[in-house]
Amino acid sequence: MSYSAKVVDHYENPRNVGSFDRSDASVGTGMVGAPACGDVMKLQIRVNQDGIIEDARFKTYGCGSAIASSSLVTEWVKGKTLDQAMQIRNTQIVEELALPPVKIHCSILAEDAIKAAIADYRAKREDEPGASLAPSKLAAAA
Amino acid sequence: MAKSDRMRFPIYLDYSATTPADPRVVDAMLPYLHEKFGNPASRSHAFGWETERAVEQAREQVAALVGADPREIVWTSGATESINLALKGAAQFYRDKGRHLVTVRTEHKATLDTTRELERCGFEVTYLDVKPDGLLDLQQLEAALRPDTILVSVMMVNNEIGVIQDIEAIGELCRGRGIVFHVDAAQASGKIPIDLARLKVDLMSFSAHKTYGPKGVGALYVRRKPRVRLEAQIHGGGHERGLRSGTLPTHQIVGMGEAFRIAKEEMSSDNERIRALRDQLWSGLSEIPEVYLNGDMHRRVPHNLNVSFNFVEGESLIMAIKEVAVSSGSACTSASLEPSYVLRALGRSDELAHSSIRFTVGRFTTREEIAYTIELLRRKVSRLRDMSPLWEMHGEGVDLDSVQWAAH
Repeated sequence: MSYSAKVVDHYENPRNVGSFDRSDASVGTGMVGAPACGDVMKLQIRVNQDGIIEDARFKTYGCGSAIASSSLVTEWVKGKTLDQAMQIRNTQIVEELALPPVKIHCSILAEDAIKAAIADYRAKREDEPGASLAPSKLAAAA
Repeated sequence: MAKSDRMRFPIYLDYSATTPADPRVVDAMLPYLHEKFGNPASRSHAFGWETERAVEQAREQVAALVGADPREIVWTSGATESINLALKGAAQFYRDKGRHLVTVRTEHKATLDTTRELERCGFEVTYLDVKPDGLLDLQQLEAALRPDTILVSVMMVNNEIGVIQDIEAIGELCRGRGIVFHVDAAQASGKIPIDLARLKVDLMSFSAHKTYGPKGVGALYVRRKPRVRLEAQIHGGGHERGLRSGTLPTHQIVGMGEAFRIAKEEMSSDNERIRALRDQLWSGLSEIPEVYLNGDMHRRVPHNLNVSFNFVEGESLIMAIKEVAVSSGSACTSASLEPSYVLRALGRSDELAHSSIRFTVGRFTTREEIAYTIELLRRKVSRLRDMSPLWEMHGEGVDLDSVQWAAH
């Protein structure tokens, strides 16, 4: 499997690796994929009072393309409103990273991770402040 | 860590995928490409006589490594063709005796895809499971044998995990019942002693390029006493006593002969050195937390180490250690997204199967290369785990099996 230069760059210099406190009310966490399939992505967004994603973090278990896809979307979501971030499509990721057909599922997973993180953040806002989701339930949010 | 000037990169640790031809093999082959170019089937002139002699000398060299009579060796294009000829040839010849075949789930695709084809042709095939150590349960094998079983096929050494099946005991079970027994020995020749004078094996497949010979040539052993019959699969000029037509590739055959001659002479000293390197590698890698050895360590060829690095995905790890050439699963299946079917058959979880790397050392591996590899793995596994949500959850004490994952 040979990778595009952009995949290699994101893989070797991943952007925004890490974790936020998932119980923080301003943080949305999306965990998608399954170990059995060879990919699990955790994407977290920190949303400011204006509803803008001001920061993002990821951790990914998966191939180089999965790591690159999640690294890329942490850059893309920053500065976007939740609605704008919802518009990110996997096909844009495929194009940017020049992913081959066998790696398209990585881009789909990254798109799903954004949506899961936003859904988690929105669900928290609807609950009373301080309520948080049990970590082990979050993985089902895909 | 500074790269030593003496090391060449990438470091090759994939000797089970293929081996470089030994320089002595190359030297033996070259004259047969130009000066000694005759067709060994040409009976009417010296050009043919000269190459026929070379082919027969190579046949003796191959036979000598495995305790066979040279007349029992049939040249083929490689182990895949040998396996096809053995399985299809025996199944077709003995089809009036029965239509049942027995093999193992962890066989190479050359066997499994051939038995699938035989199923499409009306044969019935039983695929045996292996124990968690990768070895066959002989009682289970015995229970699978039926009055209409005509053929059993078991690999001597597994290509992914390197475990050695008890060919002697399986041979006893088959011979007593008049069942033809084929053994895929592609990964075994030159790695462990093979004595066909003693083993009750009827057919055995060999490859040259796994034993420091050239690619594109192999052999099938076909027992003479008691005689085993096959239907030919490639028809033509009736070469190889009608079992495999086609002009013999003299240079390739000479190369295989020389490679097997070297293996016979140097196997024991070579393997002692190779085993020490493999043990050095495992002793270093096993210090990394959450690392699992796949397959039994004792009934195993000396050059193989198959390791799962839990919470790290194999393909990304291979990408991280590009200074080292290794494989994830087997080279034949690593283009697919499926985890290794061999590791799944051992009962390994999907995560551990996805996290496996096969290291296979060989004749030209050095201690410095192994030390470099251990240090590289330590750093890269740690880096990828820092990036892994599974490692994070493991650290938080989350039982990953209790999580409802959304399969995709």
